[in-house]
Order: sequence, then C-alpha cells, then structure tokens
Amino acid sequence: MKLYEFQAKELFAQDGIPVPSGRMVTDSAGAAAAARELGRCVVKAQVHAGGRGKAGLIKLAESPEQASELAGNMLGQSFKGFRIGRLLIEEAVDIAAEFYLAVTVDRASKSPVMIASAMGGVDIEEVAAGSPGKIANLIVDVAYGPFDFQLRDLAARAALDPGIVRQFVDVARRLYGAFLRSDASLAEINPLMVTRDGKLIAADAKFDVDDNALFRHPELLQYKEEAEEDPIEAEAHRKGVTYVRLGGDIGIIGNGAGIVMSTLDLVAREGGKPANFLDIGGGARADQVREALGIILMDPNVKGVLFNIFGGITRGDEVAKGVLEATASMDVKVPMVLRMAGTRAEEGLKLLEGSALVPAAEPVEAARKIIALAKGA
Amino acid sequence: MGVLVGKETRLVVQGITGREGSSHAEQMLEYGTPLVAGVTPGRGGSKFMDRVPIFESVADAVETTGANTSIIFVPPPFAGDAICEGVAAGLRLVVCITEGVPVIDTLRATRLITQRETTRLIGPNCPGAMTPGEAKVGIMPANIFRRGNVGVVSRSGTLTYEVVDLVSKAGLGISTCVGVGGDPVIGTTFVDVLKLFAADHQTEAVLLIGEIGGTDEETAAEYIKADFRKPLFAFISGRSAPPGKRMGHAGAIISGGMGTPQAKVAAFESAGVPVANTLAEMVQMAKER
Repeated sequence: MKLYEFQAKELFAQDGIPVPSGRMVTDSAGAAAAARELGRCVVKAQVHAGGRGKAGLIKLAESPEQASELAGNMLGQSFKGFRIGRLLIEEAVDIAAEFYLAVTVDRASKSPVMIASAMGGVDIEEVAAGSPGKIANLIVDVAYGPFDFQLRDLAARAALDPGIVRQFVDVARRLYGAFLRSDASLAEINPLMVTRDGKLIAADAKFDVDDNALFRHPELLQYKEEAEEDPIEAEAHRKGVTYVRLGGDIGIIGNGAGIVMSTLDLVAREGGKPANFLDIGGGARADQVREALGIILMDPNVKGVLFNIFGGITRGDEVAKGVLEATASMDVKVPMVLRMAGTRAEEGLKLLEGSALVPAAEPVEAARKIIALAKGA
Repeated sequence: MGVLVGKETRLVVQGITGREGSSHAEQMLEYGTPLVAGVTPGRGGSKFMDRVPIFESVADAVETTGANTSIIFVPPPFAGDAICEGVAAGLRLVVCITEGVPVIDTLRATRLITQRETTRLIGPNCPGAMTPGEAKVGIMPANIFRRGNVGVVSRSGTLTYEVVDLVSKAGLGISTCVGVGGDPVIGTTFVDVLKLFAADHQTEAVLLIGEIGGTDEETAAEYIKADFRKPLFAFISGRSAPPGKRMGHAGAIISGGMGTPQAKVAAFESAGVPVANTLAEMVQMAKER
C-alpha cells in the first residue's frame, strides 16, 4: 500500500522527523485559505507516481491568489493514469542543499538497508546508474537496529557535510523507527533538505506499507480507503481476488501466480496483448470462477478469455465442472479457451466438449486459439 | 538420496489441526512421509488421525519423537513466530508453506537462523520439498511425481507441478523438487539448493524456474558459471510483465530497475545456461542432454 506524501509526512511528524508546515486541500478555495495561513508556499499534486516536478505538478505560489490559480489548474488533471484530487499546500523553504535518505528491505542480505546520498532531489535510480559511488548503503541488523556510530559512518561515506551529521543521525534513527513500526517496505525522504539556516527537513516523503502486515496496523487502514486504484482492481481487491490490469484485450485466468505469469508471456510472445493478471488460487469452484470471470469482463476491452489450469490436488474434471457451471450461469459474449493439464486433465477436457469453451491440451496452442478467436470477435 | 527431505526426515506439522494443516498432513501420511508429530498450542495430548501425537510446542515434539524437520501451516500473523519456534527447538529444516507473512517477521526469523546456524528455512510462501519414493514435505500433488535423476528448483508452485508432470510424461523422473517460495525474502535461495544438488549423486541434471523480482537468478548464474558442473536448464516467468506491478507473488515485481527478466536471461546465458521459452522446451532440453 502506497501512502500519499501528505500521509507519509503525518507519520514522519509522529516520529519527530522535521517536516514543513502544510495542509492537504481538495479545492482552490482551500488552497487559497492554506496559502493565507502559510505565506509563500508550494502547491504539490498528490499522486502515487514520481516525476511531479518535471511535469509541473509542484509549483511555488507567492500569494493566495496564485495558489488558488495553480490549484485550479492541477486539480482534475491526469498524471500517469492517476487523477489529481488532492493537493498539499506547504510552506516554502529556502534550500541550501538536498540529500537522499531511505530505508527499504534488501532481499539479498535478508535485512533492512539504509541508503544515503549527498545527491538528493533527483531520481535516485539515475544517480545509481550514473554515479553509483555517490550512494552509500548500510545493511542493518534487524535484531538491534542501526547504531549511531554506523549512521555517522553512513553520513561520512555519503560525503555529507560534517556539520550536519548530528542532525542526520537523529533523522535517520527516527526514519528507521517509522519504517519498523509501520511495517514499511519503503520509507524515503528525497530530498532531505538542508535549509539556509542549517536545519534538516523532509521536503518530500514516500512510504509504502507491506500489505501482508496491514492486519496489525488498524491505524493505517484510514489511508487504504483513500488510496487511488484502478476501479476494476479496487473491485477485485474488495472480493479478495488477485487481479492486475494490464491494458490489453485477452483476459487471463490461471490457478497460481507462476502459471498466470507464464501464460501472459505466452500470449505476448504469440502476438496477443494480455488484459490482466488473475490468479484464481488453489481450487476452482464455480463461485470462484464466476467471481473471477465477472471481474475480467468488467474490462470493456476484453475480447477473449483464456483459462490456464493445472490439475493438482484439485482434479482437472472438478475444475472443468466448476468452470462449466460458472459460465453456464453467466452471459459471456466473448470467446473462451480452456487449457488444462495435470491430474485428470483428459477427463476435464472431455467435459468441455459441446460447451462454449474451446478446449486445448497445450499452452502454446491455447494462446494461439484465443488470439485468433479474439480477432474474430 | 536426493536432498533436504528423505528417509531420514522425521516430520512435525506446525498447525496440524487447522484446515490446511490437517488436510495436507493426511496426504503426507498417505504418501508415506515419516510424520512423527503435530503441534497445536492448546491441543497437546490428543492424536491426529488416531496415530500422530499432538504436542503443545515444537520443543516437546522434538524431545519426545526426535523430530528433525517441520512444516508450517499456521496463519500469517503467527507464522514468523512458528519459524522461530522451530529454529529454537533445534530443527534441521523448517518449511513454511504459509503465504502472506509480513516481511519484517521473515527478516527476524532469518536473523535468528543466522545466529543459531543449525536450521535451514524453506519459504515462506512455498509448496515445500519432495523426494519421490522417500518423503513429501509439502503440498504438491504426489501422483504426478516419478522417481529419477532430475532436480527441480522453483520460485513458483503451480509451474513446478507443470514441469514435474512434463518430466514424468517425458519418461524422466525427479530426484528432489524444491519450491523455494514467492516472497521477497526467503530462507533458502537458488544457490543454496544448487549447492546441495551439486553434491547429490542421484541428481544428474537440474531444471530451474525463476521469475521477475530480486536478483536470486543473477546470483545463481554467477555461482553456476564458477562452480556448478551438472547440466542445468532455466525458465523465467514474467517476461512480459510491466515494471511496478506485483504479479501475484509478493516478490514478483520489477522495481527500481531491479529484477527485470532481461537481466536474468542475460545472466544465465553468460553462464552458458540455456534459457527455454516454454516449460515443454525446457524438459525437452533435459531429455536430449
């Protein structure tokens, strides 16, 4: 779960990380009111995507009138597929330097890792690609958390000004605390700004929470409801179905993440465009299939549906029965192909004869069939 | 022979009275897996299927039955603790089937494992491990397996079953099949399993099923290039997945330019490992080796 900048800053402030004064607003009048309160300010669009600065979605306002005008321009705009419905109006800060600081999980060392750089304010991936020597890492022992001496060393390796190290260590320790307490997968401050009067302040904030840990964070659920999502993905999540919209026209259902991923690959390789990822999980009871198919068909671009099922502990003939029962009770107007292998697959495929589903024994054949049928639909 | 699980396995099921735990415990017993104990706090003293004793704790189970391996079916909020309990009880191998374990819990568990140096963890979010004819410590459908000389290691459950089925149909068989799991942080990686396969006399060739996300495949390719001498064939799923989208598995995501299929395929190719376009092609390669 991704948090908006203003939400992430709420969390940071709770942990004592300095953030600029700001107000979240949803209309021009609110922007003007916030600007009257804050004085010279920055208007920042709240979206779950990077590159706002370059896109003109972070702008300085000298007056409430200007803030109102900028807000009017930004609100309702679409950026990287997200509609802008919220703005953060924040006091303007005079910049002396910009650093980078983040905590995330390092998969290879199976530990939290802290990342710092004196080259903040730009895309850290570009820094990593262009000047990897400018980025310093600290692998943290999760049993102890980072020691201050390690954070001082991190600051030194990142070539931060020695005069700021004491403040840096304090912010870094607090950021690690926020990361751990909220089960984050990423807590990032970019830029971590040094003001003209020598104070560190989190000018931007990114915070992603591990979805698997949300059960123990009721305090974060308020943010979940506000998260922007694709409407079909949102409906799938409400129903507990693992669905990702991909933008093509071939709907895909399979039983297992790996099998679905490899089916997408096959369809793409055969020249088709997958509409979605949908993992129906272990069994394939009629009600599960009905729900999954219903979600896929919410997407008006879908011109055909491919089922790829491996009969394991759930037998192929049982899966076929579930699919037949589900599709018989629905009004499906697009062609459907079902490929099945594994336990009692032949029996399963036999059951499909004479139904609306075209059987296929082999995945490449199945991909070709659905692509051809979808073209005709 | 085979690796990780076999005739010397003495299995305890953590969460044996739950829906998943009891159903799979029954299937593992049916297969002939040496299942010696179950654990469910609050249910100690009773028996599973009138023959497997249930204990209050893993430590009790180990003391009474000599269990050396556990398989975990407890729900996600308690799975991290269950792993640590197995480690603290001195188990040699802990297999965590549970999907949805918070990453921080896995980090704490792997930290404890590093400190104790006595336990190997497989998973979380995995189908387990199986040595056909000896032991099934997992949730895979046993009927598709034949005993043989091909080792399988995979990040995906269903793709593992697909490939095992293809191996059997090609007239080959499996030495050991290991599903390492689809989470971002897992106890046992490709390299760990490849090292075991390298030393196993029964395993003559290896099939590796990787996917997008992380750099385990790249690390495996480095190891293979330097030290692995058996024939090995690879398959990478998620080759058409867009960056930033999580493909079902918590670990299957291209983020920050890391974990791309291109990097993985290139790493294997530079290590001289053939990368197949389909599972059928990979099994064919193994047959014709």
